[in-house]
Amino acid sequence: MDRDKIYERVVELVRPLSKNRTAVENISEDTSILEDLQVNSARLVDLILAFEDEFNIEVDDDAADSVKTIGDAVDMLAKQLG
Amino acid sequence: MVDPRQAAAPTRALDPSSLLALVPQSSPFRFVDEILDVDENHIVGRYTFRDDEFFYAGHFPAKPITPGVILVETMAQIGLVALGLYLAAESPDIDEQNLLVWFTEADVEFTGIVGPGDQVTVRAEKIYFRKLKLKVSAEMTLADGTVVCAGELAGVGSKP
Repeated sequence: MDRDKIYERVVELVRPLSKNRTAVENISEDTSILEDLQVNSARLVDLILAFEDEFNIEVDDDAADSVKTIGDAVDMLAKQLG
Repeated sequence: MVDPRQAAAPTRALDPSSLLALVPQSSPFRFVDEILDVDENHIVGRYTFRDDEFFYAGHFPAKPITPGVILVETMAQIGLVALGLYLAAESPDIDEQNLLVWFTEADVEFTGIVGPGDQVTVRAEKIYFRKLKLKVSAEMTLADGTVVCAGELAGVGSKP
């Protein structure tokens, strides 16, 4: 799967968890999931589980901990998907 | 296929009385009397609302009814705190003796009323336990089996 497709799907998965609509409208790979999008930290686990379901992969805890920005999530998923 | 996250052997399983002793809430904000059954996938606990619970004086004067938030708290103390501590004890890298469980999410519907003297039973089934976050499906019933409330709750464990 190409990086643009992964990016689009990551944005769709994170969108409903964000409390900052302005940040969602201006989202980019540099957007921070916690600080910019104001996703509750407790929801990060749900986001990782959503990634696993969406892409049919398993994300270990170290990989999950590496995800701070949208770009981090795309990088992690691109690596997992080969 | 074996899920590698669930393949590790448990370090130890707490018995219900040891688990009950670990629940940190105390009177007047403790809403669990006993743990009837617990394993890595579910828990069953019970509480009887006393006639002199602090909230009955105002909710409502001359017509005491247990507030919905207290019912949710009761489900959380059994379904999230107690089950979360049990799961933590099973995990070799988590110290359940030094863990607080923070309530983070609830989606609950109410279908009944609980009053002074009513005994409620809470059954909670684990949906997932991952990175110290526990999500459960929980249901509260009266002694006659009437469902009082049900829904999904989640909480996160952390060091105090």
